[in-house]
Amino acid sequence: MSAPFRLPGRGLVDRGTELEFRFDGRSYTGHPGDTLASALLANGVHRVATGIEYGRPRGIVSAGVEEPSALVQIEAPFPEPMLQATTVELYSGLVARGLAGRGRLAPGPDPARYDAVHAHCDLLVVGAGPAGLTAALAGARDGQRVVLLDDQPQPGGSLLGSAETVDGRPGPEWAAGAAAELAGHPDVRVLGRTTAFGCYDDGFVLALERRTDHLGAAAPAGMSRQRVWRLRAGRIVLATGAHERPLVFADNDRPGIMLAGAARTYLHRYGVLAGRQVVVCTTDDSAYRAAVDLADAGATVAAVVDARPRVPEAWAEECARRGIEVRAGEVVTGTSGSERITRAHTVPYAGGQLNGLRRGIDCDLLLVSGGWNPVAHLYSHARGALRYDPARGAFLPDGELPGIRVAGSARGCVTLAECLADGARTVGQLPPPATEPVPEPTPGLVLWSVPDPSEQDGGAPRPRFVDLQRDATVADVLRATGAGLRSVEHVKRYTTIGTAHDQGRTSGVIASGIVAEALGVDIAALGTTTFRPPYTPVSFAALAGRDRGALFDPVRVTPLHGWHTAHGAEFENVGQWKRPRYYPLAGESMEAAVLRECRAARGSVALMDGSTLGKINVQGPDAGELLDRVYTNLMSTLKPGSARYGVMCGVDGMVLDDGTVIRVAEQEFLLTTTTGNAATVLDWMEEWLQTEWPDLRVTLTSVTDHWVTVPLVGPASRAVLAAVAPDLDVSNAAFPFMTWRDATVAGVPARICRISFSGELAYEVNVRGWEGLRVWEALLAAGEPYGITPYGTETMHVLRAEKGYPIIGQDTDGTVTPQDLGLGWAVSKKKPDFLGKRSFTRAENLRTDRKQLVGLLPEDPDLLLPEGAQLISGATLPAPPVPMHGHVTSSYRSAALGRTFALALVKAGRECIGDTIHVPLEDGVHPVLITDPVLYDKEGARRDG
Amino acid sequence: MQLIPCPWCGPREEAEYHYGGQAHIAYPEDPQGLTDEQWAQYVFFRDNPKGPFAERWLHNAGCRRWFNAVRDTATHRLLAVYRSGEPRPEVSSR
Ligand SMILES: [Zn+2]
Repeated sequence: MSAPFRLPGRGLVDRGTELEFRFDGRSYTGHPGDTLASALLANGVHRVATGIEYGRPRGIVSAGVEEPSALVQIEAPFPEPMLQATTVELYSGLVARGLAGRGRLAPGPDPARYDAVHAHCDLLVVGAGPAGLTAALAGARDGQRVVLLDDQPQPGGSLLGSAETVDGRPGPEWAAGAAAELAGHPDVRVLGRTTAFGCYDDGFVLALERRTDHLGAAAPAGMSRQRVWRLRAGRIVLATGAHERPLVFADNDRPGIMLAGAARTYLHRYGVLAGRQVVVCTTDDSAYRAAVDLADAGATVAAVVDARPRVPEAWAEECARRGIEVRAGEVVTGTSGSERITRAHTVPYAGGQLNGLRRGIDCDLLLVSGGWNPVAHLYSHARGALRYDPARGAFLPDGELPGIRVAGSARGCVTLAECLADGARTVGQLPPPATEPVPEPTPGLVLWSVPDPSEQDGGAPRPRFVDLQRDATVADVLRATGAGLRSVEHVKRYTTIGTAHDQGRTSGVIASGIVAEALGVDIAALGTTTFRPPYTPVSFAALAGRDRGALFDPVRVTPLHGWHTAHGAEFENVGQWKRPRYYPLAGESMEAAVLRECRAARGSVALMDGSTLGKINVQGPDAGELLDRVYTNLMSTLKPGSARYGVMCGVDGMVLDDGTVIRVAEQEFLLTTTTGNAATVLDWMEEWLQTEWPDLRVTLTSVTDHWVTVPLVGPASRAVLAAVAPDLDVSNAAFPFMTWRDATVAGVPARICRISFSGELAYEVNVRGWEGLRVWEALLAAGEPYGITPYGTETMHVLRAEKGYPIIGQDTDGTVTPQDLGLGWAVSKKKPDFLGKRSFTRAENLRTDRKQLVGLLPEDPDLLLPEGAQLISGATLPAPPVPMHGHVTSSYRSAALGRTFALALVKAGRECIGDTIHVPLEDGVHPVLITDPVLYDKEGARRDG
Repeated sequence: MQLIPCPWCGPREEAEYHYGGQAHIAYPEDPQGLTDEQWAQYVFFRDNPKGPFAERWLHNAGCRRWFNAVRDTATHRLLAVYRSGEPRPEVSSR
C-alpha cells in the first residue's frame, strides 16, 4: 500500500526500506526514521485515539513528547500501555491500537532486561539541538569530558524539522557533522534516544536510554532494553528547547488540528504533508514559516488567521507571493467535522472581544500556534525559579543555579542564530556558526482562550479543551475558580489538568492564564504548577534495573546452606539470611515436624545451624570498660574461659538487644547478637566509641560469617560431643555451664561454649566457616545412635519460649525494659552508670501497671492463639472502646507440655499470675490462664544433663 | 541526590551517609544526679531550627566514621563539615 501523503524527495527517513505495521487492525507501511505518528499521517490517518471522558475522536497534535492526544497501546511484539504515537519509533511488525485514555498492563512478566550506568563528566549537555550542539562543541574543543544526550535518534533538535541552514548547509547535515566531530573527541560521549528525566542537587541527573525499543522483535537478546544513566556532572547545560502552545477555542480537539511547528517537522523530517487544505491560526510569527513551507510543498494554504491587529510585514509579503490570504485581527472560534476537521470558523477579534461576523473556511488541517513555552522542567527540578515574561506569555528560567546554565530556546531565545550563539557562549569564545537572515520579529499576542461565540450569542456552549488527555475544558477551570479555588495547584487537582501522561506540557500554562483572567489577578503572581521528576514517564522496570528478583536484596546463606537444601529444609528469611525453619520428613506437616524436632531436643539430641547469629569481636585495653558501659550487667569481671548473658539498652532504658559475651583473652571479647540485629549493635557501639568515648582504646570487628556455629542440644549432647572431641573433658565439673573451651572437633580446631537457649544441656560448637560442613556431618554421624535430629528456627523458638526466654524484636517492641521482661537479674546494681540506667528510675518506668512478660495457657489446650491477639478482662466483648490489657507476642504448640502456650506482654502481668484473662477472636472470647513465663523445667534441672 | 563532603573521604553520594541528629549534645557527666526532667531533656529533646544547624553524620557506606556538619535546614545546603571533637565552625547561611 502506498502512502499518499509522503512527498517525494523530502524528509530524513530511509525510503529504501519499507516497514510493515498494523494500527487498529489495518496494515500500513512506513520507513526507518518514522515515528508511528508520522507513518500514520503519511497514510492519511489522523484519528488515532478517543477522548477519555466524552469519547470524541482525537488526532495527532504534536511531533514529540508534548503530545497530549495521540495515545496508543503497543500490542506486539512487547505489550506496553499508554505511549504517545509521536514518540514510538516505527519498526517492522509493530502492532498498535489507539486508546480511549487508558491503557492495559501486559498480563505476563516483562522478559526484557533493564540496567543502570553510572558516569561522571565535566560538562553535561541536555539536548542536541542548535544550542546544545554548540555548547557541547565548545566544551569538547576546550578538552572537557562532555556527555551530550538527546531524546531523538539523531542530533539536531529543531533543525530536523526546519529548512533553515547553518554554515550554509542544511540544518540536519550541519548537526550530523557536529555530532561526528564530538564523537571524535576521546572524552566526549553522545547518547541518542536518551531523555534526562530528573535534575537534582550537585550536578546529578537521571536519564533514560532506550536501547532496543526501536528494534521491535529484532532486538538482540541479552542487550538491555533500557538503562538509567546516573550522571554526575561538574556543570550542566540545559538546552531542552521549547514547546509550542496550542490555542483554546470551541471544538479545538478534532483530528486535523495540529501545532504549526509539528506540521513543519512532519514535512521536513518525515517528508509527510499533514494536510492538503490548510488554515493557520496564530498569535505569533513562527506559524508563518509553517504556512510558507507547506505551501511550497504543494499544500493549499487557504488563510493565515492572525489574532494580532498588525501582522509581520515580511511574512505577509511571503504569503502574498504564494497566494496565501493573511487576515489580521481574526481568530478561529470553532470547527466542524467528525472524524477529522472539515471547516474552521473565524471571527474578527480585537481588544479581547469577538467583533463581527463568523466566516467558514474549508480545510483538512488547522495549524495553531499560541506562542512557545521554554522547557524549564529540569531547571525547576533543581529548584530553579521561573519568571513570567508577559511579552511571551511564558514562564522562563530565572536567577542562577550553581553549576547549571539554561541555553537556547529553553531560555527564551527565539531565532536559530540566537540559539547557536547562546550555546557557544557556554565555554570560552566559540564563534557561532552562520545562519540566514530572518525578518525582524513582530511582538506576539498572549491569548489564553478564544471566547465561544455560541455562548456569547446565548446558545449552548461548545467545549473548549484545555487538557485533551483529561478532557478538561475552560468550563472546568471556571467551575474550579467559581468553587473558590485560588491556587493553580488546587485548580490542577480539582480539574486534573496537567496530571495525565503528558503532565500538562501544552495545557499547564494555559490553565494558569485562564485562572488569572477569571480571578482578575496577575499571572506572574499566580505562577504555574510545580514541575517534578520524571520529565517523561519512566517504567518501574527501568528504575529497578537489575535490582529485582534474587538481586533485589543480597541473600546471605551459611556454609551449611547446601546441606539444608539437600535435606529438604523449608527456609525463612531473617534479615537477609536464609535460615532453615524446619526439616519436614516426606509428607510431614510443619506442625508435626516441629513437634518431632522439639521432642528430639528435649528427649535425646538435636542440632541446628546457628551461624547467622551476629558476632562482634571487641579488642583493646579498654574492651571490658566499653562492654560495662553498653551492657546492663558487669562484663569486665568476666574471666577468660567464661561466658555471660547480657542485655543492651538504649539511653531511654528500652531493650535494644541481648546475647552472650565470652572473654577470649584479657583484652579480647566476642559478643553475639540477635541474627537480624548484628549491624545495628555494631553501629550502636561504634557510635558511642567515636562520638562520646574516643578515649577508649577498643576496636570492633564484625566476624559473623567467619564462623559456623552449631548448637548441639539435648541430654545426649555430651555423649555426642565426647565422640567427636576425644581430647576434651566434657564432664560437668571440667566444663561447666557458661564456660567455653578450645578443642579439636572432628579433627579441626573449634571453640565450644556451654550455653543454652533451650534449657537443655547444650554445647555451641564454633568452627571456621570452611570447616563447618565437615564438623556438622561429623556431629550427625556421632549422633546417629541417639537419633540426632536437625532442627530449624521454629523449634528453636518453641524451646526458648517454653523456658520464657524472650526474643528481642518479637517479644519486645522498643517500649520494653529489662525489668518488664523479668531480666532485672541481668541489670547491675553495682555499676555507677551504663547506657539506659538513669531511665530505669524515671517515673514512667517505675509504674506498677507496665506491661510485663508472662506466660499464657489457653483453657482449651488445643487453641493456638494468634500472635498479636489482644487481651481483655471480661468473658464478653464490651462495646468499644475496649480496654486492652496486653497482647500475645509468641504462641506455639509444645511437645513437652502436650498443649499450646503463649508468651504475652500484660499490664502488671507478674501480679496477675494465676488470673484468667480473655482473648477475643473471630469465633468468640477465649479464657486463658496467666502464668509465669517459664513453663518448662522451672528448676533448671536439665541444664547440666 | 546531594554530594556530602566527608572530612575524611571528600565528596560522596548522600546515599552513603546516615543522619545522626543534633551535634554537640554531650552525654551528661552524672546522669544519676539529674532530675527526671533534666534527663528527659537529654534523651528526648532536640532543637529544630530553621537555618544553620550543627548535626552529626555517619559515613556509613564509606569510612564508617562519624563527623559533624552545619547544614542550613531551610535550603538543605551543607555550610561546613568538621571532624568529631572539633569545635563548631563559625558559618552563616549563604
Ligand atoms: Zn568518609
